[in-house]
Amino acid sequence: MTRRQLTGWGRTMASYAEVLSPNSEEAIARALEAGPAIARGLGRSYGDPAQLSGGVVLTNRDLGGIGPIASDGSVTVGAGVSIDELLTLAIPQGWFVPVTPGTRQVTFGGAIAADVHGKNHHRDGSIGDHVTSMRIVTPIGAFDTSPSEHAELFWATIGGMGLTGVITSLTLRLIKIETDRVLVDTTRFANLDGVMAAMVEGDDRYRYSVAWVDCMTKGASMGRGILTRGDHARASDVSDAALVAPKGARLTIPVDAPSGLLNPLSIRLFNEAWFRYAPRSRQGEEQSIGSFFHPLDGVNDWNRLYGRRGFVQYQFAVADAYGDVVVRAIERLSSSGVPSFLAVLKRFGPANHGPLSFPMAGWTLALDLPVGPATLPTVLDDLDEMVLAAQGRVYLAKDARLRPDVLRSMYPRLGDFLAVKQQYDPHHRLTSDLARRLNLGGN
Amino acid sequence: MDNAFGQPQRVIVLGGTSDIARAITKKLVDARAHTVILAGRDVARLDQAAAEAREFGATTVATTALDAEDPASATATVARAFEAAGGSVDLVIIAVGLLGDQTADEVSPEATLRMMSVNFTWPVVALTEIRNRLLAQGSGRILVISSVGAIRVRRTAYLYGGAKAGLDRLCDGLADSLEGSGVSLQILRPGAVRTRMTEGLPEVPFTTGPNEVAEYVMTGLGGQQRVIWSPPLLKYVYFILRHLPKALWRKIMER
Repeated sequence: MTRRQLTGWGRTMASYAEVLSPNSEEAIARALEAGPAIARGLGRSYGDPAQLSGGVVLTNRDLGGIGPIASDGSVTVGAGVSIDELLTLAIPQGWFVPVTPGTRQVTFGGAIAADVHGKNHHRDGSIGDHVTSMRIVTPIGAFDTSPSEHAELFWATIGGMGLTGVITSLTLRLIKIETDRVLVDTTRFANLDGVMAAMVEGDDRYRYSVAWVDCMTKGASMGRGILTRGDHARASDVSDAALVAPKGARLTIPVDAPSGLLNPLSIRLFNEAWFRYAPRSRQGEEQSIGSFFHPLDGVNDWNRLYGRRGFVQYQFAVADAYGDVVVRAIERLSSSGVPSFLAVLKRFGPANHGPLSFPMAGWTLALDLPVGPATLPTVLDDLDEMVLAAQGRVYLAKDARLRPDVLRSMYPRLGDFLAVKQQYDPHHRLTSDLARRLNLGGN
Repeated sequence: MDNAFGQPQRVIVLGGTSDIARAITKKLVDARAHTVILAGRDVARLDQAAAEAREFGATTVATTALDAEDPASATATVARAFEAAGGSVDLVIIAVGLLGDQTADEVSPEATLRMMSVNFTWPVVALTEIRNRLLAQGSGRILVISSVGAIRVRRTAYLYGGAKAGLDRLCDGLADSLEGSGVSLQILRPGAVRTRMTEGLPEVPFTTGPNEVAEYVMTGLGGQQRVIWSPPLLKYVYFILRHLPKALWRKIMER
């Protein structure tokens, strides 16, 4: 057991905890008995869900092991296995994960706790929709769970931010791929309306779709963007079909950048270059899995570019009927002068049964915002109000500043979640800095 | 818990009736603070400050008595405040202070003792108890209100400035001792502020209102710098003043 300083990927809210790496259910059970404790994967959630000041943090990296891949794509993995580690093994055999977030450097335990989504949510849902069973150690014992067995625990754990138990292993179903290439269509749009109209009209034709939106431009070109959509290439689509797993990062950010490096001017210049660099329109471009799904994995520790103060990510979802909230949110940001890197806009398919799962049918917008501008806390509080008025919600895996009462209104099924948590964790052994901040049980 | 912007949820304010403390409390409640424990000497003003905190949206507000002339009572006062908070405390503010009347106080051993007790001894005893409790908790922050007068002690307020100088330097060492513990301490060094404490005194350059001080505190709590200056420019002004030759310093300060 070692005492360590922990933060999320945004590098805000540092706190200290005893860190343990249990490798058995017994070791986890013992830690939960002593409590308070929370599980942690690779620390890629942005805020404070995988840290617990003054408590015990259980890293899941010693819960490893990748089973054989069955003919239907089913594979059982330890909760501490990362998507990267599974892909290294699976891609050469012609399999791919059913859902991947923007980084491969997340563990499956963490991915399920956040119920991560990828560019295919509008078609395939989130990671929880592809998990067929999970082994979960709770403070009252270990359970085999699935959509039909201890289903309430299963679903509460999907998107449950680790607060229902420690996932030790899980089975999910992979999808078949013929090559390691993705065929990508790229279109550039001069403003936000164009991007959104194209997504509504055409996303159904693509498995993967995401738009990068510029939040720093005002007026007629407000929210100009680049829409990229595609699907895995079939062997017949490419001349040199191969199945090679993506390589590791080539670059590393060795030290913290000065806090002011990412300022309105530098971000505006970056966005300009990014926009100009994209083709007006290009069809069927071959891209590697790494560059299409995980562009930021090319640079290790890129979060250090935000300097010592770190950054927050703000991601919300609203129903289709409230698409105007996306427009107004970007307007609010671009008019307040709060700098934001390219924002990510995407369409979501239907929600799943997880009471704390984030995705809901409609739109989602994610924004990276450096901490520093004095107006930023208020601007984000205003965005909360807009999202709440539209019956939308913000993503807990990104959150670092929500109000507890606002969270309650955004997640109407929070009561169901807390009831399950109470049943499996009656003495509040599982908690985190996030849970304390948002009153999700524990103290 | 604190959030990414350093906005705390559970706050204890020792000396919670001072104008600066009240301005800070209002802003903290307006941001994220739902629990505010106020300790002070004047019961009527304490009730006013509590009502103000509730008005701004705090859901749990409690008050407790504080007698800074009796340093031996500091431990019990801090303990009562922590119990009233009913959970892990994110931020403790020490805003206890007494400007005094230099001309009258400097000839009176009793008044000198009172100035040292209120401005130095009581806060230091309280800090020890706060430190112990936050370390046990594994997290939490302390904000100590010092003064720019602590940087170079003026002839016209050497009891106040001297006591604050002691507190300020001691806190610098205390903050170093907390590095890596999960607990941290920041020092606020305000210039002259228009408050009850300074009422009737001639206004000096860089005087601000309590709300401006509170603004700088909110920004400072969002960062990690040890010292929060209010206004920030005073950092540079005092760098110069501190190095002035004695004769020139006296000339400037003894107007």
